[in-house]
Amino acid sequence: MAGKKKAMKMSKGDRVFMIANAVIMVLVCVIVIYPLYYVLLASVTDPVVVNSGKLLLYPEAWYTEGYVTTLKYAPLWTAYKNTIIYTVVGTLVSLVCTIPAGYALSRMDLVGRKPIMFLFTFTMFFSGGMIPLYLTIQQLNIYNTLWAMVLPVAVSAYNLIVCRSFFDTSVPIELLEAAKIDGCSDFGFFFKIAIPLSKTIIAVMALFYATAMWNQFFNALMYLQDYDKMPLQVVLRDLVLMNQANQMGSSGAEMVTRQKLAEQLKYCIVVVSAFPLLCIYPFLQKYFAKGVTIGAVKG
Amino acid sequence: MKKSGNQKENGKGGKALKKGHEKSTLVKALQCWQLYVLLIPALLWLFVFAYYPMYGLLIAFKDFKIRAGILASPWADPLFKHFEAFFSTSIAMNAIKNTIVLSLETLVIGFPIPVLFALLLNQVQRTGLRKTIQTITYAPYFMSNVVILSIITVMFSANGVVNNIITKSGGKEILFTSAAEWFRPLYIGSGVWQTMGFNAIIFIAALIGISPEYYEAAIMDGASRFKRVLYIDIPMIMPTVILMLILQIGNIMNVGYEKAYLMQFGPNTVVSELISTYVYKVGLQSAQYSFATAVGLFNSIVNFIILVIANFIAKKTSDISIF
Repeated sequence: MAGKKKAMKMSKGDRVFMIANAVIMVLVCVIVIYPLYYVLLASVTDPVVVNSGKLLLYPEAWYTEGYVTTLKYAPLWTAYKNTIIYTVVGTLVSLVCTIPAGYALSRMDLVGRKPIMFLFTFTMFFSGGMIPLYLTIQQLNIYNTLWAMVLPVAVSAYNLIVCRSFFDTSVPIELLEAAKIDGCSDFGFFFKIAIPLSKTIIAVMALFYATAMWNQFFNALMYLQDYDKMPLQVVLRDLVLMNQANQMGSSGAEMVTRQKLAEQLKYCIVVVSAFPLLCIYPFLQKYFAKGVTIGAVKG
Repeated sequence: MKKSGNQKENGKGGKALKKGHEKSTLVKALQCWQLYVLLIPALLWLFVFAYYPMYGLLIAFKDFKIRAGILASPWADPLFKHFEAFFSTSIAMNAIKNTIVLSLETLVIGFPIPVLFALLLNQVQRTGLRKTIQTITYAPYFMSNVVILSIITVMFSANGVVNNIITKSGGKEILFTSAAEWFRPLYIGSGVWQTMGFNAIIFIAALIGISPEYYEAAIMDGASRFKRVLYIDIPMIMPTVILMLILQIGNIMNVGYEKAYLMQFGPNTVVSELISTYVYKVGLQSAQYSFATAVGLFNSIVNFIILVIANFIAKKTSDISIF
């Protein structure tokens, strides 16, 4: 791989090392990609071929009945809609909580900055736990509503630290001093100067919170009751892990077709629920990496 | 870290300047009232969803009745009744053992792999190629536990592709998804598969930060690639490694119960029942609030003690700590 440039300098040992490394890297990529690729292929391949135990490498024997049934299955789309609503509302609420707080906590002149920060950090390592939080939600009368999905996870102490670290390093203190001399208030500085400078951190935060929201499963199980409010993850579990996909096909179909379908449906449902996110992530992943590295500055 | 140090000095300088005015803390606090306004949403969340539930932990020591509320419910008699009840069950010891074994195995196997991966990836010299490999290995991180488990199920179930290959080559079908002995390998293996790329980011960033001068000097001295990894890369990223290790240890008892719950299937319950899945079952499914809270509290306290010890040891031996 690196041979061309440095072939002259490379010793035999180095060459062995580089070849071994290349092999490992290829293996790692195959191991990561293949299961995803397999699911994608199986979702469009005749289940007879899938069940023959062949390693699928390319689409052979097309069979798309699975998608036809999946697209017609209304509960899945209700769940999809719910997840989108929870994710959008949740991300907005989270941003409103985290960004201003992150900025305020980055200001050295905030009286009580350290104790407040400690109160947040402490929540990373100790919490009231499952039952007290559940009872709190009951008491607030938000059980079985959108807010039960959104509010308990509105702030993550880790994200708040990342956010504060960003403001610490990216909004120079000279800027604040200059603005203060011009009579700018803290609000004015935050909204007119700090926010426009912090598009990156807003993107990073939105992504962190949105992914967490999108993937929420257990909270839905605990805090929601009505099935038509359940997010995608719960419906996905019921269909694939609890085998309810068998009942999805139209009742009029023959037994053989239905069984054939049931297997394929699982693959189709996984694809429909996971792949939209997988398709956009390559464009967004640099923000994730950025977020992790910003957070690391402060540890 | 350096940057914040500078700012601190700036802050101190500012304080010294203002000392002439003899401002009291109150006046200073009033002056930044707008910053407190910016904190309101987060503080509200903090008190309602983080600290109020901590107050709710009281019910671990009470016979909680939902009608009466926390304060009016009578104290448990004896006070540690629910804890004693938990420890007297056979489930307790098993759940504690399962939690500790699963999290230790996850740590021992799952922690070094991203470090190793970062070190190896750093040896890939073409930037484009390195970025591509990174992008590929991040992918599973964005998928939910349910999706991961769905993929495991379709691949490892009785008529999944893995078993098909086994039976075709003359082997006997293995019940991966329900056999007790396969729970931990599947749990840990899929965890590594999912998080390796993402957890490596931080180490990769640390490796990129190493000054090229070290390598130049090492090359002059004729150090091989492997020796450069051993004597430059590893020592240089050690502080990051230790920091991440403490953070992971700090969550050791909070091992992902969502995934364990999703993987729980008949016979494997012997090993997949964790303290937290048990709390969910007795607490929310059979509404024994006080008892379940006591179990949960026990878990949190053990976790916290482990964190403090790990932090203490790291501070003593390497001067790195989280608090």
